[in-house]
Amino acid sequence: MKTTLALAHLVILEMVRRKDVYVLFVLTTLLTLVAAAANIFDDTRVVRYLKEVSLTLIWISGFVLAVTSAARQIPAERESRTLFTLLAKPVSRWQFIAGKFLGCWLACGLALVVFYAFFGAVAASRERGLDVLGWFQAISMHWFMLTVPVALALAGSLLWAAPSSNSTLTLLACFGIWLLGRHLHKVAVGLPEPGATLLTLVYFTIPHLELFDIRDLIIHRWPPVPWLFWLGAMLYAAAYAGMILTGAWLLFRRRPLN
Amino acid sequence: MPQTAIVILFLTSLALVTSLEPWFQSWQGNRSQTTDPLAVLLGDARRAFANHFFIKADAYFHSGYYPSIFDNRAAFQTPHMAADAGAVEEKNTGDEDDFLGPPKDWLEAFGRKFRPAAHTHLDQGGAHTHADGRSHHHHPAKEIELGESQDVREILPWLRASAALDPQKIETYTTTAYWLRQRMGKVAEAESFLRDGLNANPDSHEILFELGRIADENRKEPARARNLWELALVKWQKFEGQKPKPDTFSLLQIASHLALLAERESRWEECLHYLGIWKLASPQPGEIEKRIAEVRQKLTTATNPKTGTQKPKP
Repeated sequence: MKTTLALAHLVILEMVRRKDVYVLFVLTTLLTLVAAAANIFDDTRVVRYLKEVSLTLIWISGFVLAVTSAARQIPAERESRTLFTLLAKPVSRWQFIAGKFLGCWLACGLALVVFYAFFGAVAASRERGLDVLGWFQAISMHWFMLTVPVALALAGSLLWAAPSSNSTLTLLACFGIWLLGRHLHKVAVGLPEPGATLLTLVYFTIPHLELFDIRDLIIHRWPPVPWLFWLGAMLYAAAYAGMILTGAWLLFRRRPLN
Repeated sequence: MPQTAIVILFLTSLALVTSLEPWFQSWQGNRSQTTDPLAVLLGDARRAFANHFFIKADAYFHSGYYPSIFDNRAAFQTPHMAADAGAVEEKNTGDEDDFLGPPKDWLEAFGRKFRPAAHTHLDQGGAHTHADGRSHHHHPAKEIELGESQDVREILPWLRASAALDPQKIETYTTTAYWLRQRMGKVAEAESFLRDGLNANPDSHEILFELGRIADENRKEPARARNLWELALVKWQKFEGQKPKPDTFSLLQIASHLALLAERESRWEECLHYLGIWKLASPQPGEIEKRIAEVRQKLTTATNPKTGTQKPKP
């Protein structure tokens, strides 16, 4: 566990040094502030569109951050040849994968705290108060959702040599699932065979990232998700991430390092 | 040799520019002719975006409980916020409370716990009216007075964006103006927005009608309202009356308001005239016929031999 945590610590330090998070945060802030500057019939209490703009940018930033950071971990270690040094020490391949995953995921969590603090400030500035429970559920579900893109990008870096192609494909898959995932079964029902069965199979196989998107509940101030379902979603994400990481480890175990 | 090729290519491009430039300047598809940056950037695609934002405003009106293109949209063909505002004729059918139907699988059933799952309207309190918005049928909505909630303001950014992207989309102006004046008390803003719409659509009978409603209901200027509605009727007859399928809903609104205004002012003959038009446009002409009979009665009383003449109020 110590080895895994040490590896994760290194990944977090690297993420702090890189400019990706800052660029994404500045972009999110700027675009939200530009939206806030719009004059809506001299009414300063209009807030929901602002919450939507801000949350959507946070979601996009979350995906980009998770995928790009995870996709470059293994190729970068291989390129700088530190991978050989690391694995020559008593670091198992599973510990290496787990450490990289944990580092990326924790770094994403830290970034999300900053992003959601900004979102909270925006919402509280125009609403009477902040819906703390909703805010907590939004950030926790978003963070757990990111386990899947991080795991997918790590696994992808073992399949595709270039981080750019891995990032592009993983982001496409993530955005596709996020936007269309929940509709696949409805579409499948209207398709002729074998398309219907294939699409149904895809629907039940893919990790449903859109489940974690509770933006509509937060924006429109619906009551929080029942806690049992919130816990169920967390376990769902953890199970998927565990499955993908195990697959990545199996791939990595059989793969020659050079 | 390469230098010669460069010179020849340069001269060829120069010759092409002199012939293409005048053509480009006179070409109708040339976006640089417009001063609107959105039109330059998006071209005709801005209409699609405008429509999307109009629908988005209706989704906000329902606090996010709204069908996607993959769901049954029969109950949402006409945006509810526009129908409630009287900006368009409602053509919705089906169950608006349960457009999702029963879940198709366990994943969908699970996923519904993470999305709004109850039909509410922002002007009636929105999500606040539900103790638990995701179990609508078990926790009936808390009734609140119509107009109690001003959360309906949340639809305005999308309507404003829609109007900016497509100034010819008339229902955007009429819907926005209704909610601005009716629920938020922003009469001046509503009127100003409608004036913008009228500048972009000078022949719009819908905008003239809505301006008339502001004059009548908010400004309490019946004479101005009558003028505006009469102009709206003229515009309707000129532009809609010629169409094979005219917009009878607008005619009904204009004629009914003119008739009611004339009745209020005891202008019985004028009232009868507009009731006649109302009857033609109405889906229930029998009801209007009864009203015509009542007004005829009043007209007879007003013009009885004792008084001799009709006495219209000023």
